[in-house]
Amino acid sequence: MNRWAEGLYQLRQYPSAIAGALLILLLVLLSLYTVITIPYSQAIEQWRGGEVWERNPVNAGPVWADRLTGGNLPATQTVKTDESAISSKDFNGGRRVSMPLTFDYDADGFPSELNVFLSAEYEETAPFVRLTWRTPDGRTIPLGNHQITGDRRISISQDWDLQRRLDALPHVGLFADEPAAQPAQREVQKGTYGLQVDAILFEDDAELDAELVVYGQVHGLAGTDHQRRSLLLALLWGTPIALAFGLLATVGTTVTTLVIAAVGVWYRGWVDAVIQRLTEVNMILPLLPILVMVGTLYSTSIWIMLGVVILLGIFSAGIKMYRAMLLPIREAPYIEAARSYGASNSRIVMRYMIPRVLPVLIPNFVTLIPTFVFLEASLALLGLGDPSLPTWGKILNDAQDQSALYHGFFYWVLEPAVLLMLTGLGFAMLGFALDRVFNPRLRSI
Amino acid sequence: MSRPPLLRVRDLQLQYRIRGGTVRAVDGIDFDVGRNEALVILGESGCGKSSLAKALLRVLPRNVHHFGGSVQVDGVETMHYSEELFRREVRWQRISLVMQAAMNALNPVVRVGEQVAEPLRTHLGWSKQVATKRAREAFDLVGVSGDFLERYPFELSGGMRQRVVLAMALVTEPDLVIMDEPTSALDVLTQASIMNRLKRIKRELDTSFILITHDVATSSELADRVALMYAGQIVELADARSFFSDPAHPYSQMLMASVPRLHQRERPEHIPGEPPSLADPPAGCRFADRCPSRFDKCRQAPGMYEPNEGQQVRCWLHAAGGRS
Amino acid sequence: MTAIAANTRATEHTGPVLSVQDLHTWFELRQWGFLRVGSVRAVDGVSFDLKRGESVAFVGESGCGKSSLARTLLGLHRPSHGSVHFEGHSLRDLNAKELKAYRARIGYVQQDPYGALPPFMDIGRILAEPLKVQGVHDRPERERRIEAALEEVRLSPARAYMGKFPHMLSGGQQQRVVIARALVLEPAMLVADEPVSMLDASVRVEILQLLRRIRAEHNLTLVFITHDLSTVRHFTDRIFVMYAGRIVEAAQVDDLLENPQHPYSQALLAALADPDADNALHERAVPGGEAPSLLTPPPGCRFHPRCPHAMAGTCDVEDPPDFEPRPGHYSACWLHR
Repeated sequence: MNRWAEGLYQLRQYPSAIAGALLILLLVLLSLYTVITIPYSQAIEQWRGGEVWERNPVNAGPVWADRLTGGNLPATQTVKTDESAISSKDFNGGRRVSMPLTFDYDADGFPSELNVFLSAEYEETAPFVRLTWRTPDGRTIPLGNHQITGDRRISISQDWDLQRRLDALPHVGLFADEPAAQPAQREVQKGTYGLQVDAILFEDDAELDAELVVYGQVHGLAGTDHQRRSLLLALLWGTPIALAFGLLATVGTTVTTLVIAAVGVWYRGWVDAVIQRLTEVNMILPLLPILVMVGTLYSTSIWIMLGVVILLGIFSAGIKMYRAMLLPIREAPYIEAARSYGASNSRIVMRYMIPRVLPVLIPNFVTLIPTFVFLEASLALLGLGDPSLPTWGKILNDAQDQSALYHGFFYWVLEPAVLLMLTGLGFAMLGFALDRVFNPRLRSI
Repeated sequence: MSRPPLLRVRDLQLQYRIRGGTVRAVDGIDFDVGRNEALVILGESGCGKSSLAKALLRVLPRNVHHFGGSVQVDGVETMHYSEELFRREVRWQRISLVMQAAMNALNPVVRVGEQVAEPLRTHLGWSKQVATKRAREAFDLVGVSGDFLERYPFELSGGMRQRVVLAMALVTEPDLVIMDEPTSALDVLTQASIMNRLKRIKRELDTSFILITHDVATSSELADRVALMYAGQIVELADARSFFSDPAHPYSQMLMASVPRLHQRERPEHIPGEPPSLADPPAGCRFADRCPSRFDKCRQAPGMYEPNEGQQVRCWLHAAGGRS
Repeated sequence: MTAIAANTRATEHTGPVLSVQDLHTWFELRQWGFLRVGSVRAVDGVSFDLKRGESVAFVGESGCGKSSLARTLLGLHRPSHGSVHFEGHSLRDLNAKELKAYRARIGYVQQDPYGALPPFMDIGRILAEPLKVQGVHDRPERERRIEAALEEVRLSPARAYMGKFPHMLSGGQQQRVVIARALVLEPAMLVADEPVSMLDASVRVEILQLLRRIRAEHNLTLVFITHDLSTVRHFTDRIFVMYAGRIVEAAQVDDLLENPQHPYSQALLAALADPDADNALHERAVPGGEAPSLLTPPPGCRFHPRCPHAMAGTCDVEDPPDFEPRPGHYSACWLHR
């Protein structure tokens, strides 16, 4: 069995290695799933925000978090017209359509918002609509009349007139049991509610569609942010981005570092001297401030950042470490034997020196990946992240900008933080176990 | 009333645990070392001689599985001594050790004078001045100029470093010095020079030596008695004269025949085969499958027999009655 | 095929296979990678000829330059002065491609069998490397040559060994692999630097016998580098004794061992002895002092500070030339004048 197979076999004994590997596998599967189900262009498009998120509440927490603590906060409900309940009556000049939108409401809290989405199809004259609210205890509250030209969103929550009439925010007042009571004592009335949409269509083939969205306080698997974007999108898409960044940066640096160190050790003389001086200078240069400079003055594109990270990461402490390990190898008799049968310098460096050190590279490689993942997140947090990319760091950045913790939106911070931690944990556990297997202790390499 | 020998070892055993079994490196060793006597333990690689050196001074590795037997120093049993007691009473007081490739074991960042003085300071609690003075004397003893006290190991040649390590072993004036391959990596002239020194030290200080080596020629420079080890056991224990001129055990004979000699015309002969693994020694005589004189009885393990005065052999050929 | 290889295959080169004239190999000491601060004169004026099929030994202590000489012959160091002619071609005039072909003509057997084999390659691959480097791209051809080499060193059946890794073999077996690797390119000359000093006593003989047999079968020229005089008698024809970068004595083996002429050789022989119980009874005569620094060697004869016969005014002033006190036996010592 060659030493790689042997090493992997030994790895099996370490539960931390298995746990770490499983975690990483999970993240990889999640990435694959994400990339397949939500194409990249679509993700970027959606992350830009805007109309696509209209039906999401603002700053809603995840549903399961609420349910776990025994709560019964309202989740978002979308009420569409029941075809069978529509009644239509013709008259001279058009027809009258009556569309009741009924729904049950059992939550313990008030909805966060109330919107009606109407879309009309017509040739010349736009339909006319009258909205009426029906509470479970039989009250009827008129909500106003509107002319629907094309697609129209009627924000009931921002109807100031209604607010004055109800002496409460509309989405609270419309659901309160005792409208006249003091604001602090209002409770949610549970039961069947209805929004009556009475429309007048002026053309024979005019069409009207209505949808009522009762926005919840909790929404979906991961909640939403201030721009109504589902956090799940960024959490999911953040995974492949984080892994890719980490992997690319790690590969770019470790492999290059090793090769450069080996070249320096083999050629000695001024080649080695130059490499060492470059490394020493580079080690003193602070990475983060340079990245900040590049990001602020030039571009925050993730490829630029990746490039700078790799460039500055090549001539790092790794060079010193590999050099120390390669120096005794250079003096090994078999290297001299290789020269004596005519092996070229490149062959000696790549095939006779570097393979001796590869086993040590592996654990370093694995433990380095989360470092770059965290770096990317840190950059985003500092506002230097690629603003168009949905990443974990971006979520944190937004959360910070919007004072999430101050407002009690803990999920906004915890969700990306937990994912970052799991990533770090998975790679660290696997990496440390690999270290124990592949790093010689007192044995010589 | 005769004095007990300086060192009496009976049935010494040392076994290591390795992945897949136990290695019986030292498998029942008996010998004595008297005062002012040099015993050479001769053996090839894999016979367990380095493990023997470590076992005698209790420098045991982490994976030791079994360590037992009797080690009496001047008549006093030391096997049951605690580590601390052994360190105080025996190590470097009565017995010191020069390990294999010792010259590479010098601490590179400490001056050699300090390193030689160290045993005096740690084992005997002497002050720095007195210890340094004694270190200077030890340097003199091994033939290194006192100027070198202030030097670092890398400033000395291989031969000088070996002398320094020897000085370190002698500085506490122990009764017995165990040396494991003290001159194997050195030049011919340096080897001869160090052996000369050892002879002188033995004569002047009355020290006993156990010299462990595979080099037959060097061993004859110092030996009063020779013990030949094979596969964890001693197969011949004899005085030097008998061993070098008329060895009794077939392995001894073949070994002597395989050593190329400067002043002899005959070609040396090699020994076919390989020594057995210490993890799985054969039942019966361990040399049997390489021995040209083997016969049926060799399937049983022979004991030590004494065909002549001062010569013990682990071989059925020399049992009373010989080949039956 | 390059000029060298073509030449030697086509014509049997007459004359000495190796001719070394006044060879100097100096190593420059540089500070900071480029500042020259001195030269270590490892090989400082060595001349000799070797016939095809001869087996010679270079004997001396560490620091005498024998290993540096070996490396120069192998093409690992460029000569600083003087010339090395191998099969009629000068080593100094070779370009990179010719140098590579030259290296295929000489096999190298090293001292440390374990260090000489890369631990992460199996035997088959270790032996394939020289062939791949020298352009043998045909796999069946390579395998044929590897098997032949393994059979040659008596590691049989070859197939069984090809998949093993160095750490699975004993010291003797590892050294056989090293020899096989030196043979796989079918060289004209083998340079063995302390080939048995790290092996057990009983194994040494085996390996030396192996080398002797291979030399006879292939008419190889064998250059032994060793400090162990006791092995040279039975395995070489001629000895060169080196001291401080120079050859101080050269003779047929038996003649040198029975009648050493140079004080240094005499000291070496006096310091060695065959195993004998009487050795313990008296001290050996050993010249005092240490081998000289090769950075600043002593003036005149380099051995004079340690020589019991040194003559002031002669030995410390001028380097002795080679004298011939006995036929075919050369010694560089003023005593022979």
